[in-house]
Amino acid sequence: MATSLVLPKLVGERIKRREDPRLIQGRATYVDDLKVSGMLHLAFKRSDIAHGKIRRIDTSAAEAMEGVEYVVTGKQLAEYLAPMPIGTPFPSPDHHAVATDTVRYQGEPVAIVVASDRYLARDAADAIIVEYDPLPAAIDVERSMTGQPVVIHPAFPNNLAVAYVPGGTGVDAAAGTVDNTAIDKAFAEAEVVISQRMMNHRLAPNAMEPRGVLAHYEPGKDQMTIWSSTQNPHILKTFIAAMTGLGEHQVRAIAPEVGGGFGCKINIYGEEYAAAAISKRLGRPIKWIEDRSEAFQATIHGRDILCYIDLAAKRDGKVLGLRLKLIADIGAYNMLLTAAIPTLTMLMLNGTYDIPAVRAELTEVFTNKMPTDAYRGAGRPEATYFVERAMDMLAAELKMDPAELRRKNFIQPSQFPYATQMGAVYDSGDYDKALDLALKVANWTALKAERDAMRAEGRLVGIGLAFYVEVCGLGPSSSLPTGGWEHAGVTIERGGKITATTGASPHGQGNETTFAQMLGDQFGVAIEDVTILHGDTGIVKQGIGTFGSRSQAVGGAALNLAGQKVKTKMAKFAAAMLDANEDDLVFENGRIFVKGSPDTGKAFAEVSGYAYVPVPLPEGMEPGLSDEAFFEPTNNTYPFGCHITMLEVDRDTGEPKLLKVVAVDDAGNLINPMIVEGQIHGGLAQGIGQAMIEEVVYDEDGQLVTGSFMDYAIPRATDFPWFEMDNTVTPTPVNPLGAKGVGEAGTLGSTPSVVNAAVDALSGFGVKHIDMMLRPEKLWKIING
Amino acid sequence: MADPVAVSMTINGKVRKASVEPRLLLVHFLRENLGLTGTHVGCDTSQCGACTIHIDGRAAKSCTVFTVQADGAEIMTIEGLADGEKLHAVQEGFWEEHGLQCGYCTPGMIMSSVALLKENPHPTEDEIRKGIDGNFCRCTGYQHIVKAIQHAANKGS
Repeated sequence: MATSLVLPKLVGERIKRREDPRLIQGRATYVDDLKVSGMLHLAFKRSDIAHGKIRRIDTSAAEAMEGVEYVVTGKQLAEYLAPMPIGTPFPSPDHHAVATDTVRYQGEPVAIVVASDRYLARDAADAIIVEYDPLPAAIDVERSMTGQPVVIHPAFPNNLAVAYVPGGTGVDAAAGTVDNTAIDKAFAEAEVVISQRMMNHRLAPNAMEPRGVLAHYEPGKDQMTIWSSTQNPHILKTFIAAMTGLGEHQVRAIAPEVGGGFGCKINIYGEEYAAAAISKRLGRPIKWIEDRSEAFQATIHGRDILCYIDLAAKRDGKVLGLRLKLIADIGAYNMLLTAAIPTLTMLMLNGTYDIPAVRAELTEVFTNKMPTDAYRGAGRPEATYFVERAMDMLAAELKMDPAELRRKNFIQPSQFPYATQMGAVYDSGDYDKALDLALKVANWTALKAERDAMRAEGRLVGIGLAFYVEVCGLGPSSSLPTGGWEHAGVTIERGGKITATTGASPHGQGNETTFAQMLGDQFGVAIEDVTILHGDTGIVKQGIGTFGSRSQAVGGAALNLAGQKVKTKMAKFAAAMLDANEDDLVFENGRIFVKGSPDTGKAFAEVSGYAYVPVPLPEGMEPGLSDEAFFEPTNNTYPFGCHITMLEVDRDTGEPKLLKVVAVDDAGNLINPMIVEGQIHGGLAQGIGQAMIEEVVYDEDGQLVTGSFMDYAIPRATDFPWFEMDNTVTPTPVNPLGAKGVGEAGTLGSTPSVVNAAVDALSGFGVKHIDMMLRPEKLWKIING
Repeated sequence: MADPVAVSMTINGKVRKASVEPRLLLVHFLRENLGLTGTHVGCDTSQCGACTIHIDGRAAKSCTVFTVQADGAEIMTIEGLADGEKLHAVQEGFWEEHGLQCGYCTPGMIMSSVALLKENPHPTEDEIRKGIDGNFCRCTGYQHIVKAIQHAANKGS
């Protein structure tokens, strides 16, 4: 038997993606590519005002139009569709999929049309007449939290969704007590105090594929299949079942190809509930595809946290304490995870620093805007931004090198696992190592000299550094209402190919490749012999989904465990065939053999064939090679890194331009460095986007001014210099892979490093802080007094 | 409702005839009437470029063209780019260099890139970035897309 096959090692290699062939040929199937016989199209009539009572809805013209099958108002829909559930435990106002008597944000749905054709549905929706009694709009968050100019939900006076919740040093949440001794001491002993109001402003996620759903209830079977551009089909299944009166055993949810999510497709939306409920009522497949204009109005927004920060330090740079007041503008309602996102900000306010006293207070405020929810980083970019801006302001005040200031305060490797003042337990870290590498890649000393030389020429150039720690690999079930585990199934087919299922639901993350790399190495087979299935609850029985940078850390860990179970059983079959000890066997190059004797042994396919027609069946064994595992992480994981940028401001126009971007990130062990780079590039782009390019703007009447790509800028290829990348590797003890996850980390350091660079560039004008986004007009005004 | 209009055009080498509403966008004609769903809709203001195809040899945003305007035209969509099973050099470049993640912008991005390289076979990095600034990508940060196009340029697409 020839033993010449030598398979390359896969894990850790830049393997081309298995996903790409279909995507580069336009052969993938996204939700709008699906057609089901008898399908009808759903369109929404949406509010054009931010706040008002619905006086009258006239649907008669729409109902009379040719091709219109069904028209329903919010009041009518509420007769068979209850208010929507949320995933957080805070008290929350009712939120209907379609507004019943009051609209509370511009774009809130007020009626639905179902028609035979997409264009007809739009015509009919436009023919619906709605009269409102307008109410004042609460837009400024600091005014809104005093109940001005209007209380949006009567049960929540002063529009406080979450009221002044303290956290950090001296706070005993269980006992409900607050002891200010330590935090007061920190500020009493301070030799310098930095105080600043900072806005981490509102963004629109804008995945390139808008949302969409195709709900297909089959009356004869009393079962529903629902396709949706979602990040979590299993969660979708559970909620759709609950809201349509079906059991989870009657619903199959499918995420087809999904064109990006970034957190905005975790939430189960009113559009999905409405499509499902109407499909069930009419017994017809119902499709709804979002316009980009709708996406701006009615897909969750990100960020929007206002912060008052005080930092207490010694003149030698040692930080004694941090005190923060956080005010989150959450929009008009709670969506699935809305209230949880600012709590993640609270959790990470220690940053990478050994600070003895950190105290924060969180308030979440309703306004007449689209609700916020998870958007890449989901609370952690905000925490990093506030802390890293304050640290940079301290460095400027002390005339200290920004890198040395960070270093002076770092948590040391010997201190891990490190319990922070905010309640996180950081798993592992070597912050000095990442900082050193970033400074090396950036050529820090020479970079500073280069900046100074450009300044001598009259150019407005600055350098910004930010160091971040991220929390991801979510997480222990105690912290996620859905449970925080992940599931995998591994099956060796009769002929030796491997089929695996994962509860992760990738939408660009490349798990069909990375998970195949893992199994290829684990079983010693070619990557082409492995298929990873995901996204369909009819095939993948269990799962939570892809968000919180958890697919590798939690999903990959489950896959590894499931693979191990199957490998153990397969070794038993091989041991029986070879009359050997199962512990002496290795799986390599498509064969299973006693270590040291590759020529004796069996081909992988021979052993799998035997397992399915086991004659004889070894004692105590069942036939087959198929098993599964749930992995429950004992902690989140905490990647970290350093981002350095150089930025120039045009003296005449105020326009900022990035000259240099350096990113050194540590996500523990990496499965596919090429895919990891891609994830970090994408995060850098969105983090830089927040600082320089993107901003959701509502006017004082609650009109969404940035309602399309004409007014809301999306980063383009011309916006970025070459990203200079490197990494360190500090594995995590939390999972068997030592992998931390990396999907969101790029957004954390980039945003503050860019703002730090802009402030540095304009420091000659006496400015100590500039709120994002860095509009040319804003910078021009600073230059020109 | 306006009367339907007869159109005829060559799409990926095949003549297609249809009777369409005057207001039917070309991108919807391709996707819904012809089942060529590789071309995507990403916005409603002609910014994002996900709908990019070639009309008479030039890159065009099919969301901003009425089907009736394309009467008599020669059209290539992403589905017509490869030569049977042999991928175009730009498609290969995207695969080799990880120039895509979710894939939604990718068909339009590839069609724009093919047009760019036809006009400028050896572009600088700057020229590449300018050449694709009508195509949004939310996933990649563009760097691997630039490398993908450079890869194709080096192969002499």
